[in-house]
Order: sequence, then C-alpha cells, then structure tokens
Amino acid sequence: MSAPPTYSLESTDNGNFLLNLGPQHPGTHGVLRVVLQMDGEYILAADPVLGYGHRMQEKIAENMTYLQALPYVCRMDYLGAMSYSLAWVCAVEKLCSFEVPERAVHVRVMACELNRIASHLLWWGAYLLDLGAFTPFLQAFADREQILDLLEYITGSRLTYCYFRFGGLAADVDDVFLRRVEDFVTGFRQRLPRYHDLVTGNVIFHHRSKDVGVILPFEAAGYGVTGPCLRGSGFAYDVRKCEPYSGYDRFEFAVPAEQEGDCLARYNVRMAEMEQSLAIIEQAVATIPDGPYRARVPRVIRPPAGEVAMAVETPRGELVIFMVSDGSTRPCRVKFRVPSFANLSIFARLARGQLLADALAILGSLDMVIPEVDR
Amino acid sequence: MNGYRYLAGIVTGSVSLLKGMRVTFANMVSRPHTVQWPRQTAPLPARFRGHIRMLADEETGFPRCFACGSCARICPSACITVQGRKPGDRKKKVAVRFLLDFTKCSLCGLCVESCPARALAFSRDYALAGYRDTEFRTMDLLEGLASPFQF
Amino acid sequence: MSISPVTIVCYLLGISAVVGLNAVILVWLERKVAGHMHFRYGPMEVGPHGLLQTLADGIKLLGKQFLVPDAADRPLFLLAPVVSLVPIFVAMVPLPLGETLQAWELNIGLLLVVALGLLNTLGILLAGWGSNNKYALLGGSRAVAQILAYKIPLLLCILTIIMMAGSYSLRQIALAQKDGWYILYQPLLFIIYIVTITLETNRSPFDFSEAESELVAGFHIEYSAMGFSLFFLAEYSYMFIAAALASILFLGGWQGPFLPGPVWSLLKLYGIIFLLMWFRWTFPRLRIDQMLHLGWKILLPLALVNFLVTAGVLAL
Repeated sequence: MSAPPTYSLESTDNGNFLLNLGPQHPGTHGVLRVVLQMDGEYILAADPVLGYGHRMQEKIAENMTYLQALPYVCRMDYLGAMSYSLAWVCAVEKLCSFEVPERAVHVRVMACELNRIASHLLWWGAYLLDLGAFTPFLQAFADREQILDLLEYITGSRLTYCYFRFGGLAADVDDVFLRRVEDFVTGFRQRLPRYHDLVTGNVIFHHRSKDVGVILPFEAAGYGVTGPCLRGSGFAYDVRKCEPYSGYDRFEFAVPAEQEGDCLARYNVRMAEMEQSLAIIEQAVATIPDGPYRARVPRVIRPPAGEVAMAVETPRGELVIFMVSDGSTRPCRVKFRVPSFANLSIFARLARGQLLADALAILGSLDMVIPEVDR
Repeated sequence: MNGYRYLAGIVTGSVSLLKGMRVTFANMVSRPHTVQWPRQTAPLPARFRGHIRMLADEETGFPRCFACGSCARICPSACITVQGRKPGDRKKKVAVRFLLDFTKCSLCGLCVESCPARALAFSRDYALAGYRDTEFRTMDLLEGLASPFQF
Repeated sequence: MSISPVTIVCYLLGISAVVGLNAVILVWLERKVAGHMHFRYGPMEVGPHGLLQTLADGIKLLGKQFLVPDAADRPLFLLAPVVSLVPIFVAMVPLPLGETLQAWELNIGLLLVVALGLLNTLGILLAGWGSNNKYALLGGSRAVAQILAYKIPLLLCILTIIMMAGSYSLRQIALAQKDGWYILYQPLLFIIYIVTITLETNRSPFDFSEAESELVAGFHIEYSAMGFSLFFLAEYSYMFIAAALASILFLGGWQGPFLPGPVWSLLKLYGIIFLLMWFRWTFPRLRIDQMLHLGWKILLPLALVNFLVTAGVLAL
C-alpha cells in the first residue's frame, strides 16, 4: 500500500496553485474536501479526500444485534433514510425467509417513494444553489416539508425514520394518512410545472448544465456509477425494475433515461423520476389491502448461518448490503456498497480541465451525501 | 440563417427568463409558509418521538416499570440505566432508578416498543436546552412519580 | 467659482445620510423581497416588520473585531473598502433627485458618475489581491474580466442617450424628456442598460466576484466587522447610483404628474432596484465565459446597432 499523497498548499513552481475546496465549503454539501490543482480558473487535477465523516458504520453494525443496527443505517444517508432501512430489513428478511404482509409492502413502497421525492426535491434546490440561484432551494423546501410532515405523521420522525421492522412496520397507517398522501400527489402534480418554469426552461440554467460533465456510457459502467447518474448516460438500469424487491414488480412505472450524460440529462432524469414516483404512490394508495401490518417474527432474530446480498435503489443509486451471518444474534460481517461513493469516484475524471464553476455544478449534479460516502 | 438563429436565441432566452420571474413573483405575493416559532407552533403529530418518559400506574401512582431491563438491553446506544427493588408486600419489582443519558439517545424508539409493561412513552417536549451537558447525561425519569420506598 | 466650506460640509452630511439610509432600507428590502419569494417573512422581530433589523445588524458589526490576516498585504487590505466606498460620495454630487434637489449641477455630470463607477472594481481587485487568499484573488480577477465585458455596452447606451439629449448634464438629460421618456423611444436600450447595471453592481446572475457557492465569499472572504460592512454599504450605494442613473436616463428623472419630484425620483429608482432584486432571487449565476459571451457578442452588437440606428434617425 502506497503512502497517502501529501499536499503542500504553497504555490507550485509552474504558476499553478493548489486550492482546498472544503472540508468547509458551501459547494460540497458536507465535509468533503477536494484538493484542486488549478491553472487560473481551470482545474488541472482534482483529488477528493474522504473520511472526515467516517463513523465506522459497518463495524458498528457488526457489534449490534440486527434490530439495534436499524437506527444506525438510517444515519448513513439522512435524505434517503427509508431506502436504507428498507435495504436492512429486506436483507434480514431474506436471510431468515420472513414473509411480509401485503399491507406492509404497500406502505413500505409508499414511504420509500415519498422519501425519494423528498430527496430529489432537496437535490433540486441544492443543485440550483450550486449554480447560484437561491429561490429554488426554498421553493423545493415548501413541498418537501409536506412530505416530511406526512412521514412524521406515520413514523414520528422527520429524517431518520426507523419505521420498518423485520416482517413489517413499526406501526400501522390510517385512512387519514392515505387521504393526505392522495392530496399531496394531486397537489404536487399541479405544482410541478412551476418547477419547470422556474428552472428547466431557464436559458441560463441550460447554458450552465448542457454539455457539462459528460459521463460517457462506458465510463459510467466502468466507475460503477448508478442511479440517476447512470440513467442520464443512457442505461435504463434501475434495481426496482431489474431485480424487483419489496413488491415493486406489482406497480407500473417507467425508468426514465437520457442519452447525453451531461448535467442536464441527470437533471431531467431526476425530474422525470419524481413523476414516476408519484405514479407508484398513487397505485400503492389505490391498491392497499386491509390486514396485518406486521408478520409474527421471533423476538430475538437469530438468522441461520449464511450470507445474503440485498440491492435497493436509493434516491442516489444502487445500495447493496452484504451480510454474513454465523447463526448468532449479531451479523458476522456487514458491507455497505453505497451509491454516493461510487458516483464520487468519477468526479476527479469529470472535473479535469473544467472551470471551477463547472466543477461545482458537476459535483452538485452527482447528488452526493457525504456521510454516506464516508460511512 | 445564423443571424436568424442568433436573434431567435436571444428572444426565446429572454422569454424563458420572464417565465422564471413570473414564478418568483407569484411566490412573493402568495402566503408565506413559515411558522413564526415561538409565537406560533406547528402541530406535533400523535406519534412524535421525543425523549422517553415514564408512565405512572393509574391505581398506585407508582412507576409502571418493573425493572426487567429489556429497554436497557435493546438500546443501541446503551443510554438507559435501570434498577428495581421488590417492595416487601408485592411480587413484582418496582423501578427505583431509571436514568436516561439523553446525550447519547438517537430517538429511535426501540425501548418504547420493547417494554413489556408499556411503561415508556415519548414526551412531546422538543425545545430542550441547557447550560451544561450533565443536565441531559442523567435525566431522571422517575422524577415526580410516587415511589413505594418512601423513607 | 468658489464654494464655502459650510456648503461642502452640508453636502457631505446630506450625502452620508442618503448613503446610510439607503443601505438600511435596501438591506431590509432585499431581505423582505427574498423572504417573500421564498415563502418566508424575512426579518420580523426588530421593529415593525423588522424595519430596524439592519440597524441592529449594523451595531453588531460595529462591535465586532476587525481582523487582518497575518499574510495579508496590510495597506492594500485596509485601503480596499475605502476605495470602494469613497467614490460614492463624489458620484452622488451631480445626481438630480428633484427639480432643486441636486448637490451641484455639473455639465459633465454623467461622465463623472460613470467614471467613478469604475472605482468599485478597483476596490474589489485591491481586496482580492490584498487578502492574500486564493478565493479572494479569484474573485478579484473575475471582477476585472467582468468590467471589460460590460463597460463598453454601458458606454454605448449612455452615448446614445447623450446623442438624443445633446448634453452631458444629468439635469439637462432629464429635462429633455419632458415630452416623452426615452424608454418609449429606446426600449431595447433600456433592457441592455438594465443588464449592464446588473453587471456593474456585481449582482446575481453576475455575482462572479462573490459567487457564494464557488468562491465562498470571493473578494471579501477575509473581511470582518467594519471592513465587511463598508463593502456592503458600497454595494448598495452603487445600486442606488446605478438605479438613479437609469431613472434619469430613461424614465425622466424626477418628472411626473401629481407627486413632488423627489417622490417620483425615489419611486422610479426603487422600482429599478426592485427589478435588480427580482433578478437576483430568480436566476442562477452564469459562468464567467458565458458572461463574457453575453457582454461581447450580444450586448455590444445590439448596443452598437441601436446606437447607429439612433444616429441615423437623428441625422435625418
């Protein structure tokens, strides 16, 4: 193993200079540090430095019982916490072969898709913030707040939900919630054109995002880029479609994909995904059956020895939880394959030769959650 | 042809900017969403997860907790300390010490779910502030409840 | 011509009052406009609807420590905010805000105001260089690139107006619009002018030298307390001057029915400032090369064509 590179913040001989972007910088959305070698405003090389938010999530999970680790996994990606708890409970359910009641499946899908819209809305605002527009951020917050209210209504918490349990849910949903979800879906559909008027059609936005940060399809595959970033590069790959989990095969939805691979393509994919999520939520509300919300599972989870890999499509891409059980109450080994980490790996390649302003636009378009990168 | 595209670009670009300005103007004249806390408060949902609190037994007024310790065992952050004692005339133990280290608590709610006596509930107290962390290191949940062990 | 020292002191006091009050009101207005565009209220607590918020913030800033980084070029660092602010006091002298409300009628008033507007960029460059901070330096150099792109279209706009009015005096230009504001004859020019003053005042979508999401705070990243508030004061004062110029060049200055002159002046001026705020809270920032493209390839040809056509029409 080679020694980590060291950086001198003094100017280098040839007139280039090193610029420390972060770990405290408004454009990196967290404690990410990128060391940039700059020639004027142009970036010669970018080197992301990770680990400022490292919390040893994998090791913590190995020292906990399966249930105790559940609150922890939500904290990796605090914007898509539902998908994370879904991945964790699904992995354990797969390991133990638990059945999940229909009603719980529907609520899970509903909650995850609401969470996906909330995450995309926050990304929408934050991306425009990177481009220098402030209003979209709070316009998105107005709608995101409604989703958080809905999720708080059923889970009691606004970000780190910890709502799913092995074999079902922590608590049932009532008709008031379902009606409010329906209202939100119709209301949000009506408000979406305003998002497009404010940003999608904007000529400045077009200039800032078109042909910027192009991820070529073979690169996307090579770097392991997933989620909207991959779909922006022409692959209609979505775990929800390719390896349906948690009953996603019961719902009709399209996987939006764009060919260009630039920031605008990723933007369009996410905007289209929000509409697809609305469609999924609508179907889930319409077809939710009565019945138990939680299957009877043992109080102490003691899965048979073996291993399982569970892939879930989080708002940022493909999350894989790999879990090895030795038959005890605690997992023997846990590995999280997180989407942000793989998506960040291509940033150095994309930023090379770009202007500083573009590099931040690219970083924003990759939709990073830094605690997820660092785990 | 190029000149036409040049001018058309300027015109469509300007129209798109005007569209955006219409949206922000509509925002400006619409009602703000802000809740002016602390003068106004947003409604808390029934399932709001605040810090935990101890419920009292309706008959005796003693804490419902019989110190089985399942909450302390299930807590991922090990922030609950519970001790119980048997009063002379009763079969079940009663908690004499129930401390919550709120600085470690992540509000996951597993303790409330695991309690066989249904002795724990979420408080609706969210505006917590203190001058030192020790105020929250050992929050005594039995405070204000009657105890069978009066001296 | 001689002016008594008392008059000069009175002018200075009056202009200081305008600069100070204008900043207080504009900061409040900006926060209110931003707030309401974001579905918020903006400041509400200090004074009725937060009117005194800026004052409270100003007092807070006064009480803070003014830090000079060790590595900074001390004289330049200290000079920069002053260089930004002082030209404003001079630039306000020839501005007529009413029939009789003018510090000094200058026959080259317009030229003076435009020339002093350049000094703002000098202040930014000094701050960027003197801070000895990479972000600040990038901000400072951006400001210089920017000035090249907008100054020529801006001057072409002004030349067209001078040609129509036949005078460099702001008062004469306003009076020449007695029968019809120039915005009616020159709507395109007005739009070009508004874009260039957005560039001149360093405001979004052209806030390159500040560029919060890229350069954190750009040229004033190292400034605290009074240094920071002087830059703030200068920014809003330049807005005031640019908007006042726009109202005089295109909207007939103080002239209007029913209301007294100064009221009309302020109405038009704050209307234009509101427009600038509206831009800021709607649009994303351009990239620096796109701004140059806009300046050289769109604003300049349009302003030039407009200038030539106007010249032709006037010659006929």
